[in-house]
Amino acid sequence: MIHFVLLISRQGKVRLTKWYSPYSQKERTKVIRELSGTILSRGPKLCNFVEWRGYKVVYKRYASLYFCMCIDQDDNELEVLEIIHHFVEILDRYFGSVCELDLIFNFHKAYYILDEILIAGELQESSKKTVARLIAAQDSLVEQAKEQAGTISNMIAQATK
Amino acid sequence: MAGPSLMDSFFQRSLDDLIKGIRLCLPGGEAAFIAKSVDEIRREIKSTDSQTKATALQKLTYLHSLHWVDMSWAAFPAVELSSSSVHSHKRLALLSASLSFNPTTDVILLLTHQLRKDFSSSNPHDVSLALSTLSSISTLDLSRDLTPELFILLNSSKNFVKKKAIAAILRVFEQYPEAVRVCFKRIVENLESSDMGVLSAAVGLFCELTVREPRSYLPLAPEFYKILLDSRNNWVLIKVLKIFAKLAPLEPRLAKRIVEPICEHLRRTGSKSLAFECVNTIVTSLSEHEPAVKLAIMKIQEFLLENDPNLKYLGLQALAVVAAKHSWAVLENKEVVIKSLDDVDVNIKLESLQLVMAMVSEDNLAEICKVLISYALKSEPEFCNEILGSILSTCSRNFYEVIVDFDWYVSLLGEMSRIPHCQKGDDIETQLIDIGMRVKDVRLELVHVARGLLIDPALLGNPFIHNVLSAAAWLSGEYVEFSRNLLELMESLLQPRTCLLPSPIRAVYIQSAFKVLTFGVYSFLSTGDDASYPSELTDFVLKEDFQESSETVTSAPISGADLSNGLNPRSSHPSAGNGEDPVIAHEQTSSASSKKQQLTQKSVMDLVNLVEVNLGPLAGSHEVEIQERASNILGMIGMIKPRIHSSMDESEGDRIKRELRASGMMKLMFDAFSEELGPVSVSAQERVPIPEGLVLKESLSDIEAICDHIKLPISSSFSLVRSHSLNNATTIHEHPSKEEYEPSSESTSLLAEHRKRHGIYYLSSENKVMISDDYPPALELKDQAIDEAEDLVKLTKQSLDLRKKRNQAKPRPVVVKLDDGEGAHIVVKKPQLKDDLISGAVREVLLGNEAASSSSNKAIKKREKNELNIDRPESNITMTSTVASEPGNASSRHKLRISGKEKKRSSSGKEKKEHDHKHNQKSDRIHAKHKSRQRADGTLNVAAQSPVIPDFLL
Repeated sequence: MIHFVLLISRQGKVRLTKWYSPYSQKERTKVIRELSGTILSRGPKLCNFVEWRGYKVVYKRYASLYFCMCIDQDDNELEVLEIIHHFVEILDRYFGSVCELDLIFNFHKAYYILDEILIAGELQESSKKTVARLIAAQDSLVEQAKEQAGTISNMIAQATK
Repeated sequence: MAGPSLMDSFFQRSLDDLIKGIRLCLPGGEAAFIAKSVDEIRREIKSTDSQTKATALQKLTYLHSLHWVDMSWAAFPAVELSSSSVHSHKRLALLSASLSFNPTTDVILLLTHQLRKDFSSSNPHDVSLALSTLSSISTLDLSRDLTPELFILLNSSKNFVKKKAIAAILRVFEQYPEAVRVCFKRIVENLESSDMGVLSAAVGLFCELTVREPRSYLPLAPEFYKILLDSRNNWVLIKVLKIFAKLAPLEPRLAKRIVEPICEHLRRTGSKSLAFECVNTIVTSLSEHEPAVKLAIMKIQEFLLENDPNLKYLGLQALAVVAAKHSWAVLENKEVVIKSLDDVDVNIKLESLQLVMAMVSEDNLAEICKVLISYALKSEPEFCNEILGSILSTCSRNFYEVIVDFDWYVSLLGEMSRIPHCQKGDDIETQLIDIGMRVKDVRLELVHVARGLLIDPALLGNPFIHNVLSAAAWLSGEYVEFSRNLLELMESLLQPRTCLLPSPIRAVYIQSAFKVLTFGVYSFLSTGDDASYPSELTDFVLKEDFQESSETVTSAPISGADLSNGLNPRSSHPSAGNGEDPVIAHEQTSSASSKKQQLTQKSVMDLVNLVEVNLGPLAGSHEVEIQERASNILGMIGMIKPRIHSSMDESEGDRIKRELRASGMMKLMFDAFSEELGPVSVSAQERVPIPEGLVLKESLSDIEAICDHIKLPISSSFSLVRSHSLNNATTIHEHPSKEEYEPSSESTSLLAEHRKRHGIYYLSSENKVMISDDYPPALELKDQAIDEAEDLVKLTKQSLDLRKKRNQAKPRPVVVKLDDGEGAHIVVKKPQLKDDLISGAVREVLLGNEAASSSSNKAIKKREKNELNIDRPESNITMTSTVASEPGNASSRHKLRISGKEKKRSSSGKEKKEHDHKHNQKSDRIHAKHKSRQRADGTLNVAAQSPVIPDFLL
């Protein structure tokens, strides 16, 4: 299973963290510090796997972002690379050629998308189309709610509460 | 802090504002800005306006997940907001909960009701949100309370809800194994689902469970087998292969059945990940099936030859797994493997290093080591040490079983410690001493290697090899009788740069100097025709001296070149030339000219003076280990000096009395040191029975605090034990004297040069002078300058050839081993209790039979009662039936309700799958509970069940 997902920028800034195994806050910062040190220092054209404390970390760089996933010893690295690619493609489709800023300003959406792809550290949906459809449906729910909240009567009701 | 005003709500910063603000911060100002924002958020989050609250929570979640701001204080607002009817607010609240809650969050219980409500919501997105949240924050309470709802969701008509429920339930099982009993059957049914998402989730769940405890899932093999044959989805196939990789070793017949389909997948697939998984399954679990292994290795070869570093790395890894059983596979690919030692990627280098070590055998060890050492010399420090480490561990494996020529290995150890980046001092130290104690025949060479290390002043400046020096010093003290030149040895032990050593190691140096001195003086005294000596002892020592002196005589002039007074009492012996007959020689000595004896006397005096001058200042050292040892030696010198003088002065008066005292004491010391040290079993101490009435811990408990920081000077891997008497005359005969001065004469001259340059520091009474640390490295190892990987390949070409004839120049010496299997410490890993509970429950459901009791309840109870029942393990079984019905809370009521439902359902026709299970699953639980008493343990149960498996395999 996947123990955690990290998105780290080339400068070492964390852009997204999702933990599927219990780690305390202290451990989390330590993990990130250790791993960003190891991974960012690796040159291009090397293999995408790092052995780390008995686990394996699979990472791949897309533009300025490193996508890292930590897996068990007997998990399949190539499969995880495909999951990472899957995730990136879905982000790309959703944001329209995604860039780091998209993920910064829409961090919650990145989480929502990730939650449709992975659950409990396992891949749950391998179809890009399905994920896109689900996210779109959820977004439309939000839009409806916004429209409702945006009506003048609603604002008056809020103000005079 | 007042509540937020309306204005606050209108002018609340949005998430975008916050992020922009952080990005605009000047370096260093970020923390202040974040602190200010958190203050704002604290105010805003109390707002009654849910929009304001949601935005505040969103900002806080952002700060928490990317800037590590503590948000445990905002747990309650998150729970509050999760009940919002607005989907986006709910989504935000649950996101924040899943990111920030942990098992200790106390308000987590308040979420139970909301999640339950969401699970039965008509909006599937609410349901899916709740499932995602549960999967990340499940606790025992949540899992227990929500199991009934999850059970319903497992049958949801919406596949995307169903698959999430299946995936999330893994976390519920982990927390609350009882849920297995309720939900397991429905999950198994989903293994036949036609929806890819649901199937994938079910297989993924079983994959996780199987990895933890494979045996319980053997009965499901037919379902998995069907998927293996029918599925064309790579994600699903990879998981199924993982499951089979765990199941196959348990059931050989299963392995036979799956091997062909797996090979078929391997041939057919174009997907690298699936191909790799097939290869992995074959090499780990089907390594008995020759054709499959051949196919897998062909695939590995393809991987290795591709330009993709990922495939190369994985190929090497797979090869390493194969290597254990099929070493030919590695040999077939040795070229790629050795070339990979030179890869740009450290990870690939490490893998290939491992593989190279896997190829090691008695015959090619020396050559492989040669290649690796030359390679270590030109690699960066980190990899260099990896190489050294793997050489050390491979060679020492199982009491040095691959090593035939210990002389070679010992000098290799010496060579390794001189490699500039070497940081393996600890390991080399342990092995040098270990070999010294275990392999008698190699001591001569050991002392020779130790001398080379001790004599080189440059090495003292490298803290990484201080441990090696410590071993070298200990060896030359312990086996001093093999030393050619005592004065030279003493000088290197006491050279001024030893002040660079940490005090525990320096103490070892001083102790060794003590041994050398004792040996020297004793040898000198015993050559005198002293009647007070027990004659056989004198004879014995003499014999030894003679025999050795006949060997050393040729080398003596060489060694004497720059240290002309360098003495060995033996080599300066008059009878050196004609030492064939010791007895005759002895007689000659007795009547020998006083001139010869005076020379010996002079050199002994030199030796004594050397020690006295150098150790004098150390008697005032603040380090107790050093100070005490130095004082001991000085005290002894005080006693023996007059004795040595007296034989010079010939003042008859109290000469005899003194002589008696000094010689007696020297004999005592010599005897003490000539007791041999041998390896001691790690468990030796345990085997010593504790005498009755001896209280070991109480009175010493206070000492612990005091002794805490004191390190023992000598590694704990050896200790004093008397095993053999001094008996080295034969040893020496076995080792024809080599031209051993040649290689190290270099270092001898270096010491001399050092002395010339820093002469004022030598033998000066002021030993406290600080010496600069930057003495140039004296010994540059001759770099083999093998730069191209091609050369490496060439070099190893023959060495890796197994067919090469073994050239056994000499038989392997005896390696002393203790008979109780020392070092064989198998750490028994205790399986996790939770997993036990899960698989216990699974077994019950799958093999469900009359014994379908609440064994996990039993296990829980067992855990609680363990302290009480240790002495009568039987008793807790009988208790279980009462325990099972005891928890009279809501959850057990739920459980009963559900099980009743399930029973109804399963009996109503859904028995399609059960027909191939021998024991029908729909057993009456309540009834079963009473029958469960005879069932002792899960594993027993499986053992009894395993013959049933073939029936499933159709």
